[in-house]
Amino acid sequence: MKGLKEVISEHAFFADLPDGDRAIIAGCAQMASYKAGEFLFQSGREAEHFFLLRHGKIALELQAPGQEPYRFETVGEGEVIGWSWLFEPHKWQFDARAIDDTSVVKFDGKCLRGKCDNDPRLGYDIMKRFARVLVQRYADTRLQLIDVYGKQGG
Amino acid sequence: MLPEAWIVRENLRETEDVVTLVLEPGGSAAPTAFAPGQFNMLYAFGAGEVPISMSGDPGDPTKLVHTIRDVGPVTAALCRLQPGELVGVRGPFGSHWPVADQQGRDIVIAAGGIGLAPLRPVVHHVLRHRGDYDDVVLLYGARRPSELLFTGEFESWRQSDIQVVVTVDHAPADWTEHVGVVTTLIRHGKFETEQASAFLCGPEVMMRFTAAELESKGVSPDKTWISMERNMKCAVGFCGHCQLGTEFICMDGPVFTWPRMRNLITVREL
Ligand SMILES: Cc1cc2nc3c(=O)[nH]c(=O)nc-3n(C[C@H](O)[C@H](O)[C@H](O)COP(=O)(O)OP(=O)(O)OC[C@H]3O[C@@H](n4cnc5c(N)ncnc54)[C@H](O)[C@@H]3O)c2cc1C
Repeated sequence: MKGLKEVISEHAFFADLPDGDRAIIAGCAQMASYKAGEFLFQSGREAEHFFLLRHGKIALELQAPGQEPYRFETVGEGEVIGWSWLFEPHKWQFDARAIDDTSVVKFDGKCLRGKCDNDPRLGYDIMKRFARVLVQRYADTRLQLIDVYGKQGG
Repeated sequence: MLPEAWIVRENLRETEDVVTLVLEPGGSAAPTAFAPGQFNMLYAFGAGEVPISMSGDPGDPTKLVHTIRDVGPVTAALCRLQPGELVGVRGPFGSHWPVADQQGRDIVIAAGGIGLAPLRPVVHHVLRHRGDYDDVVLLYGARRPSELLFTGEFESWRQSDIQVVVTVDHAPADWTEHVGVVTTLIRHGKFETEQASAFLCGPEVMMRFTAAELESKGVSPDKTWISMERNMKCAVGFCGHCQLGTEFICMDGPVFTWPRMRNLITVREL
């Protein structure tokens, strides 16, 4: 079975992270798996983790009382999920639910924040990685809002 | 060029506003070979004539297959046609997807909404010549699951080693495929960007962003083709209705390499 460091180095999100840094962050990580339908986190709860997806798909959903959950995005293999661990007040803003049986590397956000505070160079590197994902998701969301496939779309 | 009469053999409902017409030659009409990406002018008697791409198998020219979205008077009349009724056909017209020239390469087919119809002949070609290509990926997006075309064929395409990766903008909780824009699928298809040839069809915004994303991942713009389905009238380069800059979509297109369209597609006035 592959070790944590190896799994982290194979994942696109941390692929080019220097070896030393990888060893540091691996200290905050563990492997985890979720069955289809299981929640990785739920809106309003403490955001203490983020996840690198290795296999499977995760749906991000918003709950509205009396309505079906609104599924606005899915995240798949090779992607990262969760950034509320980085920002105050460290609360999840939506739900994440496994669509398939899913395996992830689960990072303890408090542990990693501590390491980043101690080593701002590492902190800046990690912040840049998350910023890239946020910018990408923001661009994707804008496209989704245009409703390109509508009759007036395009 | 005068329309020839073809007979509607089948009217298959694909989604709420899309049907596929299967036509067979009537009277003097004769089957004509076509290449993936080409279109016919379909004439709904009493309503008018519109360009509609071939969506059938180019390896079987004995029938014509067209998939039509009801957006206005002529397409509505075409969608209403029943078996036994007649439709006027002129064609085939236009440039084609050069899939036959991409042997040994990876093929990326990216479609949005009704855009899968003009690309299905590429899938048919690949199915008939699967050994000629390396990885083949279909990335397909629509607004919601009920608006996806040809879903009944995905399983057999997958069995022929075509990766079919699907996404929608909105989905109910029982949807198990992706949710998000079609550009996000690029990271889920397995192919080598340097040896990929890409064929894109869908709303212009979708093609623009998909082409840009593919380019940023390393797919050569010269190996990326898009189909411009802006409206046209005569289909033979006379009327200028479909002129875009120096290009006539009916004659030079609808299939263009991405660099030829990259600058034109973003001009507000064109
Ligand atoms: C080369 C080519 C291939 C095409 N292939 C297909 C196909 O396979 N299946 C299919 O359903 N349609 C296809 N189209 C689009 C189709 O020709 C138009 O939807 C049709 O002409 C609309 O005619 P109408 O009288 O029904 O509606 P109209 O009253 O002419 O238009 C109704 C609405 O649709 C919009 N519209 C019209 N034409 C287009 C267009 N080309 N692109 C975007 N919006 C448009 C109009 O602005 C208007 O808002 C193709 C177009 C081209 C140029």
